[in-house]
Amino acid sequence: MTQFLALLLNGVSLGALYALIALGFVIIFKSSEVVSFTHGSLLLLGAYSIARFSDSIGFVPAVLAGVALTAVVALLIERLIINRIRGAAVISLAIVTIGVDIIILTEMIRRIGSDILNVPHPWAGESIRIGSTGLSLNRVISLAVAAGLIGLFFLAFKYSSWGVAMRASAEDGEAAALMGIRQGRVSAVAWIVAGVLAAVAALFLVGAPTPGVSPTVYTVALGALPAAILGGLDSTGGALVGGLLIGVAEAMAAGYQDQILFLGRGFGSVIPYVVMLAVLLVRPSGLFGTKELTRV
Amino acid sequence: MLAVLSIESLHVTYGGAVQAVRGVSMEVPDGKVVAVLGSNGAGKTTLLRTISGTLRLHRGKIDSGSVTFDGTDIGSRDPAQAVHLGLVQVPEGRRIFGRLTVEENLRAGGMGNKDKTAKGKAQDRVYDMFPVLQERRTQRAGLLSGGEQQMLAIGRALMASPKVLLLDEPSLGLAPRIIGQIGEVIAEINRQGTSVLLVEQNATMALGVADLAYVLEVGQVSLSGDAQELSRTDEVQRLYLGHESEQADEFSPVVTRKTLSRWTA
Repeated sequence: MTQFLALLLNGVSLGALYALIALGFVIIFKSSEVVSFTHGSLLLLGAYSIARFSDSIGFVPAVLAGVALTAVVALLIERLIINRIRGAAVISLAIVTIGVDIIILTEMIRRIGSDILNVPHPWAGESIRIGSTGLSLNRVISLAVAAGLIGLFFLAFKYSSWGVAMRASAEDGEAAALMGIRQGRVSAVAWIVAGVLAAVAALFLVGAPTPGVSPTVYTVALGALPAAILGGLDSTGGALVGGLLIGVAEAMAAGYQDQILFLGRGFGSVIPYVVMLAVLLVRPSGLFGTKELTRV
Repeated sequence: MLAVLSIESLHVTYGGAVQAVRGVSMEVPDGKVVAVLGSNGAGKTTLLRTISGTLRLHRGKIDSGSVTFDGTDIGSRDPAQAVHLGLVQVPEGRRIFGRLTVEENLRAGGMGNKDKTAKGKAQDRVYDMFPVLQERRTQRAGLLSGGEQQMLAIGRALMASPKVLLLDEPSLGLAPRIIGQIGEVIAEINRQGTSVLLVEQNATMALGVADLAYVLEVGQVSLSGDAQELSRTDEVQRLYLGHESEQADEFSPVVTRKTLSRWTA
């Protein structure tokens, strides 16, 4: 039972990080109608820059600088590329983001090489014991920070002018334009927010129990994509639920791997996709996604 | 009489091929209601898109001619700039944000309006004019009735404190009683000092509130003049107001139908 509780907490904290990343996917999709595949490299960029900066300027300034840098790069992607080809087919836009992703990823891999960079978290190595299993302090803090950020995000989404403008232009772009809402601005802000969320998630993803910054951080974004999709790609609430669902499923599959050994070792990393497929079979537009409606 | 909005021999094409508007000139005098009548495909909506700057979203392009608002050429402005100048369009089919609350819809309408006090005043005016919106301000707009949604669409546009309000078929799909109310609302908005350009297929309502009227036919102005006078002409009576003029039918039905034919398909 205590093992179950520990796994659940682990899963929820991992899921909260997935949710941060997935929220970024969702608001980018809502505001620019782009399925962005740049998130993996943004995540890696965030982790890498925080690790590099903290060598020279210390941990807290490095976090701020790393988050800012990631946000700026996200903004540049939107301004220099996405904004210029607004209105292109969803598929073309998605492929463009894959291209951008590959460029950034290649540069990151070149810089990191085979090293594993270390982010000197002040809470590194500490852990909390729950019964026979432990939960790293990193995960506990990440859960608190993610919960705070997600709460803040939903408040802004509901009450701020940007939130209202974003939801209005996601629902009917032309009508929103007629009200004087500048879609370009809404989408630029969405990319900045997505960059910030990705960098913050990266900060915690490279802490315990993960060894440090290596290009494998990139693959975490691949777990957040199913989270966004199974929640319904255009639903922020769905991203949160999807993230948590996938985080918990992954932690459970890893924790009980002896019991599910007949499925093979390392089944935990497959689980996001299994969960996504299972959900999509029953609800093709995701848990909370808008059904595609066509007017006859 | 000073024209706040004037259009000079405007030609608009879609995709470089389809001519939707061919040499239209018209004027909206300051403080007046101008109606534009015409059947489907006459170019009414294209005209409004040109004024509000949304032509590009539909791959339309101004080939020649100009649109002048308050003395400045606004032909190539984007929608946000048009709103900022004071030209706000209520789109055809209402297009309210159904998943947002009534209050949020109005907030979205005020986004182009930087002036906080003006926004507050505009909101008071909207709630004053449409008390039902205040009653339902926390409801999702998608749950309003058709008439209420049209009120919301007009109220949303008023949040930007427009100098000229552009209305694209506000009577579309509404019951006759509600259409009457919309007509009164337009008259009231105009009384409070906003000029109105009203595009309509419902000629009875449009000519009832308008000072001037234009009749568009396949992209060209076929008739124009004082709304009252226009509503008395045979062609408008027969084609838009539904009164058969016996005389015209007896003597030259074919000839008149040639000049102004109702769209049938």
